[in-house]
Amino acid sequence: MAARTLYDKIWDEHVVASPEGEPTLLYVDLHLVHEVTSPQAFDGLRLNGRTVRRPDRTLATADHNVPTDPLSTPVADPVSRRQLEALEENCTEFNITLFPRGHENQGIVHVIGPELGVTQPGMTIVCGDSHTSTHGAFAALAFGIGTSEVEHVLATQTLPQQRAKSLAVTVEGPVPPGVSAKDVALAIVHRLGTGGGTGHVIEYRGEAIRSLSMEGRMTVCNMSIEAGARAGLVATDETTIEYLRGRPGVPEGAEFDAACERWRTFVSDDDADFDAEVTIDATTLVPFVTWGTNPAQAVSLDGVVPAPHTIADPDQREATERALAYMGLEPGTALREIPVDVVFIGSCTNSRIEDLRAAASVAKGHHVAPDVRALVVPGSHRVKRQAELEGLDEIFVRAGFEWREPGCSMCLGMNPDTLKPGQRCASTSNRNFEGRQGRGGRTHLVSPVVAAATAIKGRFASPDEVGA
Amino acid sequence: MKPVSIVEGRAVPLERSDVDTDQIIPSDWLKRVERTGFGRGLFGEWRDDPDFVLNLAPYVGATVLVAGPRFGTGSSREHAVWALMDYGFEAVVAPSFGDIFLNNSAKQGLVTVVLEPGDVEELAQVVKDEPSRLVVVDVEHLRIEVPEAGWQRTFSLDPMTRQRLLNGWDDIGLTMRREAAITLYEASSLAPNLDGIFDDAGHVR
Repeated sequence: MAARTLYDKIWDEHVVASPEGEPTLLYVDLHLVHEVTSPQAFDGLRLNGRTVRRPDRTLATADHNVPTDPLSTPVADPVSRRQLEALEENCTEFNITLFPRGHENQGIVHVIGPELGVTQPGMTIVCGDSHTSTHGAFAALAFGIGTSEVEHVLATQTLPQQRAKSLAVTVEGPVPPGVSAKDVALAIVHRLGTGGGTGHVIEYRGEAIRSLSMEGRMTVCNMSIEAGARAGLVATDETTIEYLRGRPGVPEGAEFDAACERWRTFVSDDDADFDAEVTIDATTLVPFVTWGTNPAQAVSLDGVVPAPHTIADPDQREATERALAYMGLEPGTALREIPVDVVFIGSCTNSRIEDLRAAASVAKGHHVAPDVRALVVPGSHRVKRQAELEGLDEIFVRAGFEWREPGCSMCLGMNPDTLKPGQRCASTSNRNFEGRQGRGGRTHLVSPVVAAATAIKGRFASPDEVGA
Repeated sequence: MKPVSIVEGRAVPLERSDVDTDQIIPSDWLKRVERTGFGRGLFGEWRDDPDFVLNLAPYVGATVLVAGPRFGTGSSREHAVWALMDYGFEAVVAPSFGDIFLNNSAKQGLVTVVLEPGDVEELAQVVKDEPSRLVVVDVEHLRIEVPEAGWQRTFSLDPMTRQRLLNGWDDIGLTMRREAAITLYEASSLAPNLDGIFDDAGHVR
């Protein structure tokens, strides 16, 4: 057999039918569901007298618009409450396992799949959410879909799909100290641009990727969609296997050994060809901060806000001017001189235990700057419990951070955690789009350690500025 | 969905790049459980500006949106397509689109036309010169034209999407005809399912 990429292997194993002149019908091993993109899909099923084909391959959680206030506080917004209730009703009606607000397994959909061990190598995973690419860190082909496709998967457990092109992004060499997985992700998006990955599935390779923890790999895969790629992949290795060992969805004993043997096959063959390849020298990477209104508009934390007149391409120049006007920034301003109003540590990009440990290590013994609101929103109840076991909550609270209940929160401001017009936020999330965190809000994407240092200094800062 | 073979109407030029789906429909609108009524939220706060192009008298009632590169990137929200269609758009022309947005459009019958950047700019200019000109998007013959201006281009669409648009086919219905193949696949699948992991209350057993 010809040499195959990891993507080829997963694809080939999931072909249900490949009719002439039509898209391939691909089988979906796991369908993750949340409250926002599913109600209209369930309505569609009812309207057409259809049912959920495989409830045992469908898992639901409430994440996008759950409040992160104490669980005793009711959901104040009636529209949000109705949507959360609709999810509960739909999951009951169609016999789907659901983790509602307050459930011990509840959390952001892309945090709970991996931590429960139901995300495994070689699987196909879909969800009505573009950050489904996160699960690709486990050598699973995982991508976001729209509500019509959600309905399609609920009804048939399959999706008609066109095969994507393959793009190898190799990050060579060791990552310098002080540079985190988030910086690697932002560097990749900066290099590819917001459309560079369109039509492609990315496989992240190279020493820098291999040396990342599973949490770090999830951060990188999470942001694949910010470069336009629906999915990102990292091949299985011992880091993958050690992460999965002992998790609830993972078998034990001889069955585990058999699973490992299978999982280890989910790597690209040595001589496999990719449709495109990009190489990044990890040793040149630095902490990144976005200055604009798309995730590719990023500079070094040591850098300055770019000047539109220096940009040759007229489209890019105009986009830069528009972004700077929205962000309220003057060209040439040093990033480290820009004050922030809010710091958000959370989201499916950076809300896992490793992220919270990193942020806490910077916050420890310091205090959030006056007039800065800083929130820490764990990705799930499991993450929250683990963090509390390690005393991270106390570190944050003593340092003046709010320690909140899990959910998507201020990443997209569907719950009460939003920016006010004109507020500037250092955020560990994935999108700095206009109004993303609240109408008129200004988002700068950063890593958890930069976010923590920024909260303490009240302006963009690196951990070394607070002695961390 | 309804079959679409020809879209004919006035067009509006949205000369911005990277208009992501958060801009098309802000997340506040995503709390709704209905599929209709999203047109009012289309383009969010941009609409509050009286000078925003959709608010200019000559463009009110346009059914073709001429957009910039990378239109519809970002979030997978199909609400973006629902909002565009609820507002009255039947086709969007751009140099490139977000992948998920393209899929969602095809499912709903919103026609997406990819043209070279230079051609999109020309079309925008043709429309700006005389906003009353009708733009015709012909899905059958894969042609877009502005007859009054003598402007015409061809475009490509994957054959299945074209067939689905022309026939108004329901994807789920099509797939259900492959029931036997799905069942056969399932019989040999090695992928784990969730059986036995959680109890009825969702706790790990």
